Amino acid sequence: MIIKIKDLYKNFGDLEVLKGINCSIKEKEVVVVIGPSGSGKSTFLRCINKLEEPTSGTIIIDGYDITDPRTDINYVRQEVGMVFQRFNLFPHKTVLENITLAPVKVRNVSQEEAEKTARELLQKVGLSDKAEAYPSQLSGGQQQRVAIARALAMRPKIMLFDEPTSALDPEMVGEVLAVMKQLAREGMTMVVVTHEMGFAREVGDRVIFMDEGRMVEEGTPEQIFNNAQNPRTQLFLSKIL
Amino acid sequence: MDISTLITQILPFLAVGAVVTVKITFLAVLLGFAIGLVFGLMRLSRSRIINSIARLYISLIRGTPLLVQIFFVYFGLPKAIGISIDPFFAATGTLGVNAGAYIAEIVRAGIQSIEKGQMEAARSLGMNHFQAMRYVIWPQAFKRIVPPLGNQFIITLKDSSLLSVITVEELTRKGLIKIATTFASFEIWALVGIMYWIMVLIISQWVNWTEKRLKTGDH
Repeated sequence: MIIKIKDLYKNFGDLEVLKGINCSIKEKEVVVVIGPSGSGKSTFLRCINKLEEPTSGTIIIDGYDITDPRTDINYVRQEVGMVFQRFNLFPHKTVLENITLAPVKVRNVSQEEAEKTARELLQKVGLSDKAEAYPSQLSGGQQQRVAIARALAMRPKIMLFDEPTSALDPEMVGEVLAVMKQLAREGMTMVVVTHEMGFAREVGDRVIFMDEGRMVEEGTPEQIFNNAQNPRTQLFLSKIL
Repeated sequence: MDISTLITQILPFLAVGAVVTVKITFLAVLLGFAIGLVFGLMRLSRSRIINSIARLYISLIRGTPLLVQIFFVYFGLPKAIGISIDPFFAATGTLGVNAGAYIAEIVRAGIQSIEKGQMEAARSLGMNHFQAMRYVIWPQAFKRIVPPLGNQFIITLKDSSLLSVITVEELTRKGLIKIATTFASFEIWALVGIMYWIMVLIISQWVNWTEKRLKTGDH
């Protein structure tokens, strides 16, 4: 198990957002988290790389207990790439610089080596010709693909996706999902929060349905989409499918 | 007073003062920027003590007149500690500490204006807080800080005229001296005003140029 989460609680002030999450994720597994907005799925994801500090519980990533304050979270984060809903590319840096910054400054990779890797990754996401462009010159779909390349440049073992296509125009969703599908095929461990049920069905090894801070039901895409047992899951799916 | 006397005799005398004005302003803004950077970052600190110290400094400086600060440093402090302070040193120091409070707020606002996602993206890539600040947040914040910083530069330049009261021979003081012997207050104050104006115009141009040069990536 590359991710082990036990009794995870997260409060924002008086608001209980996560109410006891238990979840283990295997290496190379693609887990898709679905659920209504406000169900805590993004918070859950953000706890996995400690962008949110858990209120209680333990999270073990590749053997490192990140809820232990002695754990070097900056080191563990190098193993866990994250892709955000709003891309969050660095607007003052070119595409190439966006991708090479962290490997050079954090992993101490040489500039030439980092650029070589960056160009390979750009080719992989289909943006070889955009290396010298600034993020503001790219479409949303292109920006998100650069963001994926930027995360991959750290050679992470796990990739987290926080509604990666929610801020995109409909015609750009496909190009981002295609990159994610390829990544899944290559054996990346992925945790994906999304509303793209087609993606969940096609790529997910496991689908988790969250509601009101709890994991209500989980199973294979087949089980969840065709044979959901919990009435809340059924109600949610009936609204969106 | 005729124009030729004004230009051949008064102007060179005033120009010496203008050089002092520029010197003091530059040093004061430099000092103010250093102070502003430190206190601006302190204002963003999660530590309540560090934050309060910065708050107190900014409140104190912004809540009292610059003229009173100048009198306090030049006349008040030497009385209390028993040593006299060189006017140029007192002047630059006071003006710098004064500008620092305003620049601290400029720095704080500039950093806070950067979207939260930038810090999160940097941290998610494994950068520590300092690296994220250094490579991601600060370069973006600095671009936004340049225009208000230029504004503060201009304010400090004009504020430096108050230093005439502690015998610093900057532009305003030089004007006062010449008027005492020639009584040509209309001509000399007009000339002094124009000289400040020209200096302000030069600074504005410089700030505009810097702003344009930093514009990479904002399309």
